[in-house]
Formats: sequence, structure tokens, C-alpha cells
Amino acid sequence: MSNGAPATVDLQELGVSRKKVSPLVLTLLSVFFGLVIGGIVLAVAGYDPFKAYWVILVGTFSRPKYIAYTVIYATPLIITGLSFAFANKTGLFNIGAEGQFIIGAIAAAVLGYYLHLPPVLHVLACLLVGMVAAAVWGGLAGYLKARFGVHEVISTIMLNWIALYLNNYVVSVIKTAEHLTNPTTPMIRSSARIELFAVWKDSAAGQAWRGVHPFWDDILRTPFNLGIVFALVFAVVVWFILNRTTLGYELRAVGYNRFAAEYGGINVKRSMFFSMAIGGALAGAAGVCHVLGWTRYIAELAASEGYGFDGLACALIGSSNPFGCILGGLLFGTLKYGGSKIQNELGAPTEIINIVIGMIVFFVAMPKLMSLLINQFRRGENHVR
Amino acid sequence: MKRKSFIAIAAILALALVFVGCQKKAAPAAAAAAPSLAVAMVTDVGGINDQSFNQSAWEGLQKAGTDLTIKVSYKESKQNADYAPNLETLLDAKNDLIWGIGYMMADAIKDAATKNPKQTYAIIDQDYGKDTPANVVGVTFKAEQSSFLVGYIAGKTTKTGKVGFVGGMTGPLIAAFQFGYEAGVKQANPKVKILSQYAESFSDAAKGKAIATQMYQSGADIVYHAAGAVGNGVIEAAKEKNKFAIGVDRDQNYLAPDNVLTSAMKRVDNGVYNVVKQLKDGTLKGGTTISYGLAEGGVDIAPTSSKLVAADVLTQVAALKQAVIDGKIVVPSDEAGYKAYKPVDITK
Repeated sequence: MSNGAPATVDLQELGVSRKKVSPLVLTLLSVFFGLVIGGIVLAVAGYDPFKAYWVILVGTFSRPKYIAYTVIYATPLIITGLSFAFANKTGLFNIGAEGQFIIGAIAAAVLGYYLHLPPVLHVLACLLVGMVAAAVWGGLAGYLKARFGVHEVISTIMLNWIALYLNNYVVSVIKTAEHLTNPTTPMIRSSARIELFAVWKDSAAGQAWRGVHPFWDDILRTPFNLGIVFALVFAVVVWFILNRTTLGYELRAVGYNRFAAEYGGINVKRSMFFSMAIGGALAGAAGVCHVLGWTRYIAELAASEGYGFDGLACALIGSSNPFGCILGGLLFGTLKYGGSKIQNELGAPTEIINIVIGMIVFFVAMPKLMSLLINQFRRGENHVR
Repeated sequence: MKRKSFIAIAAILALALVFVGCQKKAAPAAAAAAPSLAVAMVTDVGGINDQSFNQSAWEGLQKAGTDLTIKVSYKESKQNADYAPNLETLLDAKNDLIWGIGYMMADAIKDAATKNPKQTYAIIDQDYGKDTPANVVGVTFKAEQSSFLVGYIAGKTTKTGKVGFVGGMTGPLIAAFQFGYEAGVKQANPKVKILSQYAESFSDAAKGKAIATQMYQSGADIVYHAAGAVGNGVIEAAKEKNKFAIGVDRDQNYLAPDNVLTSAMKRVDNGVYNVVKQLKDGTLKGGTTISYGLAEGGVDIAPTSSKLVAADVLTQVAALKQAVIDGKIVVPSDEAGYKAYKPVDITK
């Protein structure tokens, strides 16, 4: 039970306070409990949980390709996680990352195809426009909240639907204009791609090189892209804005207590707007990276794809800390990519992975219960000694 | 102390459950005979329980698994981006044949087939034409043939002399439904007027309802749809106006038992089964597209048709079906073919 991170627990025990438990320990224990309960569900459903987790481990780490895929799956979730975490620090609940992600993706798909620019510039143009568009999308919710007191949960949920149908509208217009048979936009131009060695790796020279370098060949089989680098940069930027700038200080102050912040001379309404706009820009960047690095087009969507909502869960697992989001995103990437392999290997439904994820979030959302459990456990240990 | 023991007991219980689970699973795995072939499929974002072609494909694959003793498995795609990694996963799992279900996977299948020339792939609802890679088998369905039969039923059943057609998106795929249907109506009664309209969507049920309602108001009493979820609106309109609708792809009678006259079914399960059987027999030829029609059981009318369609009409339909299978009737699948189509006297 205490195999989460014994070192941290010991440090806590040396300290005076026994009630306080480090968030890392809480999170690790939540993950552990989530996995245990997922295992029980698997067992009840008639599947061998050890085998299932073994399949996930092997399916995630046994080949360079699998690790690359895990990172690719994690990338958009890390960035949408940052988006949620940022607004959350300001006391806002940005459930609109989903829609802002779509706005960023639309911008990337449209500009990636219709603009003609040299390679690096093309990527930057897509990223910039996508982020600005999504910032407007998110900022709109922030403005509505600041100006009219419309709760951001309500407005962002509705904006998510508008974004979804805007996506379908844009796809159908472009599809008709370009005479495509399938309901998608055309593939973006290679100058806008951020996939590593995207063109070279399929060329004759690339194929020859890959033939003698099996390790890199394995990685290059995946659409491994620069998105993860962007994600790491964004994490640092978010951390920097929140902790090292006046704006970040103000935003956090509003998050702790908006009335105290207002009394202290902080423009609360402005903070709300900026918080949502920056959150939106981040989610938009996730959409841009997703299109430029991986899908290369957008398709008509019957329902939203869940990148925003999964990001929300990543941020919660990472306790809204920018670096926690990275770890949360990687955990999600593992569960989503490796976890889905139990389906074809064991025939087990992937919904079990969703149960695991749900349980982890459930436990993370109950820090009080967790610290209670931990403290009780510790007291018991002392008693035994 | 008490609480600690409680936690310990809970943990032991959990572990016990886990071990019970292990034992349950171990037995059947050992009993099954070692299958010679492995076939897997990737669903599109509809998922394995989509009540539509993904589910149908999996049913066909499972049937093939039992009948031909091969190992079958599936992997669901949750997002469009999942197609390529899912195909890659099934490639690593060493399958003899990998299915992509639905034309949405056309690019992903082609890409995977080009990168892995030794692996055989198959795809539902996609015809790459002369660009078909040598290791890919396309499977399409002659939708015009089943549409022809339901068109005939509509032409014989209408009391107002007016029938309707609601299409999804304009294009050759849905055109086959439209002109097959219109030819069927013409075959039944050349005097019947046909109203045809496209919703330019496969998901907007409200639009489907609006179009169908408008058709019923202008005198049509039967409306056929080939428009995915838009059709749910068509069927709803039929229910409200108490008129007839004709379903598509699956037997949609359960949606409105008194109003869905018949359905033009696409038997994706039979298509999957047949291809897997060919693989097993060693007769599967890559680089081709197989088109399943009435003759192969790839398309048909719904078995529930007998509930609402007059018996004598169904007898005629059976004769018509045979005529199509025998090649006496060539059902048109485009506008030019429809215009040139002359009702055939099958009694001769």
C-alpha cells in the first residue's frame, strides 16, 4: 500500500505535521487504487488482470515505436491539461478546452493547406493563428463571465458544441470546394508538417538509412513529431507566467480569493478574461500540434473527440501543476495507447481502461479521504511499533 | 489497529477476486484448438456496438471465427487519429488479414499497405480503382440492386402515385442508391412521380425530418432514405404523419414497426465472412475490389418486409431479384443509366 513513494512518506513522518500529505504521494496512491479497482473489474468480468496489465506494460514500453506512440498520444493531452490548469489557478473551470482545441485544429488544417509559406514560417503561422483564434474563443467565455456574470462552465460547454458544428461546416465547405469524396479536409502541405523527417523518412535515401538503423526505423514508423517539444515549452511558459510575472500573481490572487484580490487593487474582470484567453490559446495550440504533427487533416465529427476532457483529467491528476500535467498526460498516453491493446490481445473491452482512469480521477478528487486513509494507516503502523 | 486490519482484509479480498479471475480464464484458452489463421479488424469511430456496419462486420468475423476455426479479434478507434496506430498494433500482433471497416479508413489502409507490402489488408466500402495496392482487397456493395427492389415495392405500394428519396451527401456512392431506387419505381409503374432531395449531411436528423415532412405534405406517401443518421429524422416524420418510410443498411423496422415498410439491407457481415473464407481457401486475390450484390447475399431487402408489404408484391420482388441475379436486369447506378432504363418484362 505504501509502495507509492516511500521516500516522500518517510520525509513526512520526520516532519512535525502528520496531517499534511504531499500531493505526489496522494496522486501515486490514487493511481495505484485506480489500477487495483480496474484489476478487480477485469477479474469480475473474467479476464486475468495481471495478464492485462502485463499486456499494457509490454504494449507501451517493449519497443521504441510503442514509447513513441505513447508520447504522441500524450502530447495533445498535456497541452489541453495545461489549458485547464492555467484557468483553474485563477479559479475558473475551463471545460471549454474541447472546443478551443477544435478551433485550433480548424485553423491548422485550413492554413496548413491553403497557405504557401516556407517550412518553419508555415508552422509558426499556423500555430499563431490557431492560438489567437482559440484565445478569442476562450476569451469570449471569459468576457461573458466578467461582463454579464455568465458562468464559464455553461458558456464553454455551449461554445464546445458551436465549435464542433463549425468544424463540420468548414469541412463540408472545403470538401465540396476541393471535390473530395470523403468528409475531410485535404492533407496539409509538407511545409506545415512538424512530424520529424516527415518527407525524408519515406524517400529512397531515408528508407536505405532506416534499413541499417532498426531502432530509429522503429521510431520513424510512427508520426513522432515536435508536438511534445512544444508541450514541454508550454509547460515551462505556463509555470513562468503563473509564478514569475505580475499577471500570474494577479491571476493566482483572483483564484485564491477574488474579493481579497479586488480589494487589493487587482482588476478581477480583466484577470478572468486573460485567464480564459490564455487557457484558450493553449488548448488551441494543442489542436494545431495535433493536426500539424499527426492527423494532417480534420474530418467531420459526429461527437467531440475528448481531447479537452481528457486534458482536464490530466490536469486534475497533475494537481493543476504545469509539470504535473506532463506526468498526467504521459500516464494518460500509456493508458490510452497501451491500455487499448487489451482489446485485441485479450478481447477485453477498452471501457475497463476508462474505469481505471475514472477511478484515478475519483480518488484524486478526494484528497481528504486519501489523507485520512494514509494517516490512519500510519497511526496503525506506529501503534505496531 | 481495527482500521488497519479492515484495510488488510479488503486488500486480501481484492487479491482473492483477482486470482479467481485468473483461473476462470485459464481453462477455455487451453481447450481451444490452435487456430491456423488470425484475422483482425479495426472499427471506425462508430465503435463495435454502433448498431450498424462495424457491429455487422464483427458479427461476420465472429461467425467466420467459429465456422472456419480461425482466431479473430478487433480494435476500436475512438478518434480518427487512432486508425494508423490501431492498424500498426494489429500488424505487430501477426494477423494474416487486417480489416479496415468503412471508407473513413481509406487513407490509413492505403498508407499501411504501402509501408507493409507483405501484410494483406481488406477494406469495407472502398474501391481504390486502379490504384489498389497489390496487398489490399476492397469490398463494396451493389447498393443499387437492393435499392431497385425497395423502389419496386414503393412503386407498387404507393396510393398517391408519388414517392420520395432523401440522400445524404451528393456523390457517386449515394447516387447508386438514388438511381437504383428510381429505376425500381419505374419498373413497378412508370407513371409514379419521384421527389428526390439531398440533405448534404449524414448526421442532421432534423434536416431529414424537415425534408421528409415536406415530401409527405406534397403528396408522397413513401420515402426511402440513404442518409445515415439523417434517415432517423425521415422515419420519425413517417411516424408522425403515419406514412411509410424505407430504411437502409440494416433492418430498420424496429424504429417504427408500423411505418418502416421495408429496408434495403447491406450485409457487411456476409461480405467480411466471404473474404475471410476466400483467405482460408487460398483463393483471395489482392489488388482487387470485390463487389457484392444480390447474387452473393451482399445486399437484400429486410426479412421483416412481409409485415407491411402485400404478399403478391413480395412474390414479384422475388422474381425480380432472380432476374437481377440472372443478369436479365442490369440495375443502373447513375443518372445516365437511369434515363436509359426501360422496364423489363421478366415474365418473358
